[in-house]
Amino acid sequence: MIAATLAFYLFAALAIVGALNVIFQRNPVHSVLWLIFTFFNAAGLFVLLGAEFVAMILVIVYVGAVAVLFLFVVMMLDINITMVREGFFKYMPVGLLVGGILLAELIIVFAGWVMSDSAEAMRAAPAPDPSAISNTEALGLILYTDYVYLFQASGIILLVAMIGSIVLTHRTRTGVRKQVISEQNARRPSDTLEVVKVESGKGLQ
Amino acid sequence: MAVTLSHYLIVAGILFTLGIFGIFLNRKNLIVILMSIELMLLAVNINFVAFSSYLGDLVGQIFTMLVLTVAAAEAAIGLAIVVVFYRAHRSIAVEDINELKG
Repeated sequence: MIAATLAFYLFAALAIVGALNVIFQRNPVHSVLWLIFTFFNAAGLFVLLGAEFVAMILVIVYVGAVAVLFLFVVMMLDINITMVREGFFKYMPVGLLVGGILLAELIIVFAGWVMSDSAEAMRAAPAPDPSAISNTEALGLILYTDYVYLFQASGIILLVAMIGSIVLTHRTRTGVRKQVISEQNARRPSDTLEVVKVESGKGLQ
Repeated sequence: MAVTLSHYLIVAGILFTLGIFGIFLNRKNLIVILMSIELMLLAVNINFVAFSSYLGDLVGQIFTMLVLTVAAAEAAIGLAIVVVFYRAHRSIAVEDINELKG
């Protein structure tokens, strides 16, 4: 029990440190690396909550795909780092104001609520005993029966995102020499070569 | 002292606030703003999973996966738009993105 408590405070503190560094790092590449760090710690929190499948998905999808995509784009664009800091302190007061108000509101809400007595009875999919069935299997049983339409819809969303990003970023480059094998095979020596009989002592015109 | 649901909710609240704060601070770099949005979605996911775990209802984790899906799609499309914009303008500062104003 004490180990779980310590692990919670460790993961929570490191996640917050990571999030702070995402915001305050000067170099966007460092921001992405701190974002990956934050995701790992959030995955640790999910494991502590007994949601190991979501934790795995977070590491695989977020760290393995989304964060690496961010890293590619950050490295592809040539961003002037010295310019990035301009206006940083100009927006600091209003950011602190809005953030402070929001945090106060969230803490007030989180401190002042109670779970309804009827909430227990209204559960849509009560979690099974973890010793009988694993979290992943229980999630799969629910996802592929009760929520299959949402599952298919998320597949369509991903398809639209894939096609959309390909359409957006695809461009036909000019001035690129590509190998066209059919043209190479269709070439005949007579197209390019000319055999000239040169008389001695005269040379070519 | 045991970890209660409120502990997780407060961590999620702090992460969400940091995401908002990041959007306000990093006006010169659109990519860091997208990263801040990812932080906010992560905070929402922590809320979902915490409630799901403490209430004993697995639907919260199903919704977390759907949020992850939409976040991945949003990141892909958003970064594609950033790349296209950078090719056209050689900049991704927020104040340069003003051609759509009415």
